[in-house]
Amino acid sequence: MIFDLPLSYLGLQLLIGLQNGAFYALLSLGLAVIFGMLNVINFAHGAQYMMGAFLTWMLLDWVGVSYWWSLLLVPLALGAFGILIERALLRWLYDLDHLYGLLLTFGLVLIIEGVFVESFGASGLPYNKPDLLAGAQRIPLGALTGNEKDVMMMPVYRLWIIGVSLAICLATWFGIEKTRLGSYLRAATENPMLVRAFGINVPVMIMLTYAFGTALAGFTGVLAAGLQAVTPHMGANLIIVVFAVVVIGGMGSIMGSVLTGFALGLVEAFVRIAYPEASNIVIFVIMIVVLLVRPAGLFGREA
Amino acid sequence: MLKRLALAAMVGGLAAHPAAAAEISDDAVRIGVLTDMAAVYADLSGKGSVIAAEMAVEDFGGKALGKPVTVISADHQNKADIAAAKAREWIDTQGVDMITDLVTSSVALAVSEVGREKNRVTMVVGAATSRLTGKDCSPVGFHWAYDTYALANGTGTAVVKNGGDSWFFITADYAFGHSLESDVSKIVEANGGKVLGAVRHPFPSSDFASFLLQAQASGAKIIGLANAGADTINAIKQASEFGIVAGGQNLAGLLMFVTDIHSLGLKSAQGLYMTTGWYWDLNDETRKWAARFEEKAGNKPTMVQVGVYSSVLNYLKAVEQAGTDEATAVSTTLKSMQIDDVFAKGGKVQPNGRMAHDMYLAQVKSPAESKGAWDYLNIARTIPGDEAFRDPAASGCPLVN
Repeated sequence: MIFDLPLSYLGLQLLIGLQNGAFYALLSLGLAVIFGMLNVINFAHGAQYMMGAFLTWMLLDWVGVSYWWSLLLVPLALGAFGILIERALLRWLYDLDHLYGLLLTFGLVLIIEGVFVESFGASGLPYNKPDLLAGAQRIPLGALTGNEKDVMMMPVYRLWIIGVSLAICLATWFGIEKTRLGSYLRAATENPMLVRAFGINVPVMIMLTYAFGTALAGFTGVLAAGLQAVTPHMGANLIIVVFAVVVIGGMGSIMGSVLTGFALGLVEAFVRIAYPEASNIVIFVIMIVVLLVRPAGLFGREA
Repeated sequence: MLKRLALAAMVGGLAAHPAAAAEISDDAVRIGVLTDMAAVYADLSGKGSVIAAEMAVEDFGGKALGKPVTVISADHQNKADIAAAKAREWIDTQGVDMITDLVTSSVALAVSEVGREKNRVTMVVGAATSRLTGKDCSPVGFHWAYDTYALANGTGTAVVKNGGDSWFFITADYAFGHSLESDVSKIVEANGGKVLGAVRHPFPSSDFASFLLQAQASGAKIIGLANAGADTINAIKQASEFGIVAGGQNLAGLLMFVTDIHSLGLKSAQGLYMTTGWYWDLNDETRKWAARFEEKAGNKPTMVQVGVYSSVLNYLKAVEQAGTDEATAVSTTLKSMQIDDVFAKGGKVQPNGRMAHDMYLAQVKSPAESKGAWDYLNIARTIPGDEAFRDPAASGCPLVN
């Protein structure tokens, strides 16, 4: 018993916090990759996440394509959309102040959300997750509490989200920090001229990085479709929190945004039990404190 | 000289002729539909409400006391400050005489206050809080389609009588949620039930897992969802993950619209009880009106949209009867009228501004029962207007002696 709450209850709440943290981690990871490589604050990230969820719904409802295929196809489609945006719009802004990228992507959000509200309405669409991921998993706690009757019933879908998010986050971190391609990427952001002199096509690398970031947002959208109603506003509600997560973790820090994402999910879980009214502002309170103490974020490097 | 006399006679004649028309301020009746155009309540009000208001003007003949009636609209984004500023602008610079729809309780409370201050009629259709006809009532303010008291009374009473005598609330943390929770709690306790607790969630929320677990742990037989729109939809959708209904607890959606059922799908929504002020499939008249609406809007109307139609139609009738668009005179006339149209039969406007009409307790059909899109509800019981709404004397409204 902690806080007078049974472990089975507390454990479940924390697992759910971790699962919400997985969403923060995946989305802030995409933002961090894009900011780190392109110096663009991608405000359209939430809209791209929403598009991912809608695309998943369309694939099932219109063409009968299953959830599992969506996990692959939706990120590819969003990646292609990202390439289009980067080639047509973003690349003209790299030499300008951050503010221009922010304004451009914010404009995109308004357009994309407007189109979806106009086409699909605001109240949302139902998506039925695959049967394999429905139901709940029994997690025995007897070994911890000594009481065989203590079990947690955790929804399988939420466990799946935690697992797959962790895998994606680790793979991304590994790809950027530990591989040769990743080292080119990091070098290109430090000094694009020099890297180009070595015969590496920097503009294409930058383009693919943005595509990867939007693909991550699309992937998160697929995960969300199985959990909540698919609505045009699902991204707008989430993205502000995710920005706070990125700021707390430190702009551009990959591991920082992942760890912060999961950690803040847990913090939120505690607040939801202790004082639920404050659960959507706690992250902003933490952001303010972090900015006061460490302006570059918990894992950011001081400029 | 003769010319001047003739002119004077002409001017005199013009002014004297349609005596009543002189009572219409700036020669036009302007109706403002202040609504949510793009956010969570856009489907249940929004553009559909504007279409409904235009249908009412059209059915009334486009003129009141010989002066043209126009409809203007704006998006209040569910923000009380934006709505109040828009209402002031409309009244001060555009000569708006009546404001309708006003979905979202915080918005409705703010604009009703502006109407009282500037002496303009406000007809709240979309919002739910019973405070509008309680301690915050206004002599020129009306509440038309439903309110938290009627929802609580309809669904709350039915559920307690079916054995659901212990409740836990998942409540949206703003004016509407609090009002609904408190109204339902009173009904539950008056019927011998118990309220075990409540959790207030930020509005809007997309993940209800934590709140559902708290409700589950309470052991209450009924989990009352004192929220609306996407919040209710996500809470119902996610409740199935935790086996809440399978475990013997039941959900009660305290405010649901037919668009919510559409969005949730019958598979998740079947069997839920809901209280509504109107349903498109009640009788031939409602079906005909709904078909006309659907042709313009692309979907079946909600009770809010048809309620906006009714509010505009009866406002115009009252203007004709009162012979003026001056707000106090129109309001007094409205309170003496009987409301008979496609929305309400034998409706009465109470001294606190509440339009009392029959409400319906409905149950969501199973996928097998439904004949297709929008065929979602079985009407389980008609609740007569006197029983459905609060006794004005007990409302706490200072206008009622």
